[in-house]
Amino acid sequence: MEPIIHIENVHKWFGTVHALQGVNLDILKGQVVVVIGPSGSGKSTLLRCINRLEEFDEGKIIVDGIPLDSAKNINAVRTEVGMVFQSFNLFPHLSVMDNILLAQKVVRKRGQIESENKARFLLEKVGIPDKAKYYPLQLSGGQQQRVAIARALAMDPKIMLFDEPTSALDPEMIQEVLDVMTDLAHEGMTMVVVSHEMGFARAAADRAILMDAGQIIEEAPPEILFTNPKQERTKSFLSKIL
Amino acid sequence: MSSSSYPAPTPKPLISSGKTEKKSRIDPWWGLVAVVVALILILNFSSPDPYNRILVFLQEGIWVTVKITLISFLLVMVLGLFVGLARLSKNTIVRGIATVYVEVIRGIPMMVQIIFWYFASPAIVQQIGTSLNNPALANFRPDGTTMAIFGLTFGYAAYMSEVYRAGIQSISRGQMEAARSLGMTYFQAMRYVILPQAVRVILPPVGNEFITLLKDTALVSAVAVPDMTRRGREFQASTFIIIETWVMVALVYLVMTLLATRLVSWVEKRSKFER
Ligand SMILES: Nc1ncnc2c1ncn2[C@@H]1O[C@H](COP(=O)(O)OP(=O)(O)OP(=O)(O)O)[C@@H](O)[C@H]1O
Ligand SMILES: [Mg+2]
Repeated sequence: MEPIIHIENVHKWFGTVHALQGVNLDILKGQVVVVIGPSGSGKSTLLRCINRLEEFDEGKIIVDGIPLDSAKNINAVRTEVGMVFQSFNLFPHLSVMDNILLAQKVVRKRGQIESENKARFLLEKVGIPDKAKYYPLQLSGGQQQRVAIARALAMDPKIMLFDEPTSALDPEMIQEVLDVMTDLAHEGMTMVVVSHEMGFARAAADRAILMDAGQIIEEAPPEILFTNPKQERTKSFLSKIL
Repeated sequence: MSSSSYPAPTPKPLISSGKTEKKSRIDPWWGLVAVVVALILILNFSSPDPYNRILVFLQEGIWVTVKITLISFLLVMVLGLFVGLARLSKNTIVRGIATVYVEVIRGIPMMVQIIFWYFASPAIVQQIGTSLNNPALANFRPDGTTMAIFGLTFGYAAYMSEVYRAGIQSISRGQMEAARSLGMTYFQAMRYVILPQAVRVILPPVGNEFITLLKDTALVSAVAVPDMTRRGREFQASTFIIIETWVMVALVYLVMTLLATRLVSWVEKRSKFER
């Protein structure tokens, strides 16, 4: 089976900082991959290269058969790849409903009724059907993040990227967001998730990856990576966060 | 995430103090407008000669001033946006051209720019026309008002581009990234996500530019455009009535700028409460 995400020897520099140092990774359709690793190890950069929010300097990334080279391809890929950010990045000047409608209309060119139905369905799915008319800043962090997930899902993405989706949340709100993500994983969504939530990784992920210094150090099913890692660097990282 | 400048939606009226605030006290600045207008009227009726004569003579000039201000301002808003976006461009050449334009314009007095557009630029076109044996270009003689609008537009667009640039930069990078990650193009993201938020930030400085532009239109009197200042000078030259003429010109400018100030603050208030 051809991987839906193919990452081959990708390098990325920020000036003199070598943020990605030859990353290779293949992800199959429907797989859920959790990425962990110390701060500055390149987790966000890797994620952002997959939808080209960041340009890489060397190597190759192919998403759903589309190579990330021309500007046209980049936009094509972005409509297939949803992204959820640590800081939610909802559009504060638009209501929750309009946040979910906007890209459906201007990118997917869907009509008002179809878009609204989709939005209501997704708000129901993420558990906040009654907040459509609210503005983002009137919602709790957990609610905002769930709207952000609904907003991304409205584009019918084939892949969802999550960059530390719960690390800006108060502890009591983390679970509600993880629950939505777990449901999504069980529905067969292909997901790449940067997160140190072990419970989520165990419940939802097929693979766990440890990154350090711009490289993938070790990969295993989450249970094994967390309890019985082979590499020294994985052990020392896990001992710090557990 | 702490900003709470966004209003309550219909379901839950969060602003309980709204009622007391809404009892619209008359803005004291309207008082000042009223005083100046009253002053003009009193002068006009108590001593029609010379004040009424002056006003009648200025009338056409007032319209020219208003016209030049409004047209230039509209063009400045558009050109300034493009220059502001160009200054934020990733493309070095585009950014370089925009930066040079802004720096050059800001380094030359507005008066000199207007004179340049009116006298020097047609001369350049004429010389090119002569050397190309093109009679249309050789006899190029543009209308003064048009060239004045050109000069003001190019001059003010440089300042306005900085206003736009600061406004756009004040919106967090995550907003653009979220929009792009949803598949929007750069211009869609600007139009639907960034600019609507930036508007709230740039309205006050845009208002200031508008009022400064209104006052700077007096500079076009240097190039034979019959604006209010020019008319004042013509009236003074033919009647030797000096003090009264300039008192009246000053008062009319004052009314216009005070009204513009009111207009600007009204727009600002509205933009805060709409949606
Ligand atoms: N826009 C940028 N400009 C310059 N350097 C950057 C930029 N973004 C990331 N870096 C650098 O690249 C390296 C990898 O950063 P990245 O954000 O991918 O790490 P991370 O694993 O996501 O860390 P964290 O857990 O703190 O989010 C770091 O050294 C970081 O300082
Ligand atoms: Mg990160």
